[in-house]
Amino acid sequence: MSAAKKSPVSARVSTSSAPLLAVKDLAISFRTSRGILKVVDGVSFDLAAGECLAIVGESGSGKTVSAMAIISLLSRKQAIIEGSIKFKGRELVGLSEDELRPIRGGGIGVIFQEPLSALNPVTTIGEQIAEVIVAHRKLSWKEAHKLAIGYLEQVEISQPDQRAKQYPHQLSGGMRQRAMIAMALSGEPSMIIADEPTTALDVTIQAQVLDLLRRTTTERGAALLLITHDLGVVAETADRIAVMYAGQIVETGKAANVLREPASPYTRDLVTSIPSFAARGKKLNTITGMVPSPDAFPAGCRFAPRCRYAITACTTAVPPLEPLKDGRLVRCIRTKEVLDGTAAGKRTSPATKKGATR
Amino acid sequence: MTAAARATKATKAQKAESPWTQARRRFFAGRQGPWGLAILGFIFFLVIVGPVFAPYHVGEIPKPSEFVFLGRGPSAEHIFGETAQLQLDVFMLVVNGGRASLFIGFAAAVGSITIGTLVGIIAGYFGGRLDSFLMRVVDVFLAIPSLFVIIVGAKILSALGGTGLQTVIIVFIVFGWMGIARLVRGQVLALREMEFIEAARALGVRPIRIAIRHVLPNAIGPVVVSFPFAVGGAIIGEAFISYLGFGVSALTPTWGNMLSNAEDFLLQGNWWWLGFPGLFIIMTSLSVNMIGDALRESLEPEGRRS
Repeated sequence: MSAAKKSPVSARVSTSSAPLLAVKDLAISFRTSRGILKVVDGVSFDLAAGECLAIVGESGSGKTVSAMAIISLLSRKQAIIEGSIKFKGRELVGLSEDELRPIRGGGIGVIFQEPLSALNPVTTIGEQIAEVIVAHRKLSWKEAHKLAIGYLEQVEISQPDQRAKQYPHQLSGGMRQRAMIAMALSGEPSMIIADEPTTALDVTIQAQVLDLLRRTTTERGAALLLITHDLGVVAETADRIAVMYAGQIVETGKAANVLREPASPYTRDLVTSIPSFAARGKKLNTITGMVPSPDAFPAGCRFAPRCRYAITACTTAVPPLEPLKDGRLVRCIRTKEVLDGTAAGKRTSPATKKGATR
Repeated sequence: MTAAARATKATKAQKAESPWTQARRRFFAGRQGPWGLAILGFIFFLVIVGPVFAPYHVGEIPKPSEFVFLGRGPSAEHIFGETAQLQLDVFMLVVNGGRASLFIGFAAAVGSITIGTLVGIIAGYFGGRLDSFLMRVVDVFLAIPSLFVIIVGAKILSALGGTGLQTVIIVFIVFGWMGIARLVRGQVLALREMEFIEAARALGVRPIRIAIRHVLPNAIGPVVVSFPFAVGGAIIGEAFISYLGFGVSALTPTWGNMLSNAEDFLLQGNWWWLGFPGLFIIMTSLSVNMIGDALRESLEPEGRRS
């Protein structure tokens, strides 16, 4: 569906020089009653205009927190953001609320997971879109309301003039998410962050909304940062992918490469745990255990306690992100063995116990 | 064609019914709300149009046909009877006093709820030190024994030349906003964490606009509900302090003043002087409470949440 559209975009990406968004060594800590917990550590990624990057990971991997940190939506009292987030060359870390306001919505739009709770129940759809327009452009409310109808049309809502006068509870789930997309687009941002945009939708609607999201961003040359746990969504939509585990990126590269031949054991487990028609009847792969909580990240590789390829060396030091030939980066000291299949199977080592104790 | 027609029909059927429209429908579908409104409307009608029915104009002291020191009970000429001493028409007093009492009730309620809502929104939405400061102010005002301050305040303000009416209203506003402020602050604190507030913030909407267009309308339910109760409270409060002799000056009739004046003659069997204003106070506060309850029921359920 989107392969034809994707290739020219990726081509454009590789030639572009300065990225639209450059996140470098992002670390996010939260002040909690149990002390300061570092939930995201050393995350770096770039996003070029017109490109779609998917950040993938389980709940608690830090993907949403990382995305929300870009426009400082985390509580200033609780969250400590370190590192650098450059948008169009401008440093965003440390900006005040007033300095951030034009960037929020005007430079970077956001789409939330649950449109019903992200839309104000007592305000009409049209009003909520017009509000974003007025916040970023010098327009009268009347003009903004007129434009709002245009945006509803762009997200393929029928009878946009009628719908604009309606309240969120009068729309279906899919339509609400379309309205949310219209809201995010209405500030004409050059980048959109979509946090699990299809998770709350029916399966039949998911593909439509995803396709719409991809098309509307591509049409205006905007970049899309897609936060998801759904690899199906990634395969459909993303040019590049960054897989996160326990607050770190474990593998990042072209989506097609990563999904076809995952190099890190975690990505490998993730990909093989998707049910598919091809593997019908076979036992589905599962990853044992749970994502460790930030106060109990294991020393060394954070995935080691759950990893089928782990060896003693894995538990001593955090492996660095190493480049592969195809340009992707992988955080695993056994990448080579994992890729050519010579890695030993599940080991019986004390590391399992060590990781599981807390 | 049929599909398009059906679509049009569908959107028409659920055409832009705002949560407020739904609440209004629920309000009028109930029994309490319409009845409360009817009773209050009747009182308003009497108080405003009442003088037209009376054979005397406002302020006129009717010349009684016969002097009776203790006044006379209801008769065809004086349907609510005549007072003792001056033999004033009780109906005229109730009607004119009602204007003052209702004015005090509504003015005090509007004032205290406006201030309380503003303080609550500012404290809840902007939080931090401002919040702590405002809440300490609320605590201080709540800690002051209000009856004492109302009496002293009324004395001071009338010494400064305020008419009794203004004094009572000001004192009621100054000591009436705290409850609303706390209520609204609590609402706002809960709302502030809602995702649509974060979404508006994430899309660059200004904080002032978020407070007015997103927080306020969602926090307004309890404020609307508390309005009739505040009206009733102020009317009863006026009756109470006027009865004690610290309210509106005895020359201006209010329901409270009438109670105060009538008290001395109650034991002489002069029940109508006290009974009719008392009945109107009870009817007014009953009706506003009915309206308040009906509002609570129609604003609270699924409407805002769905």
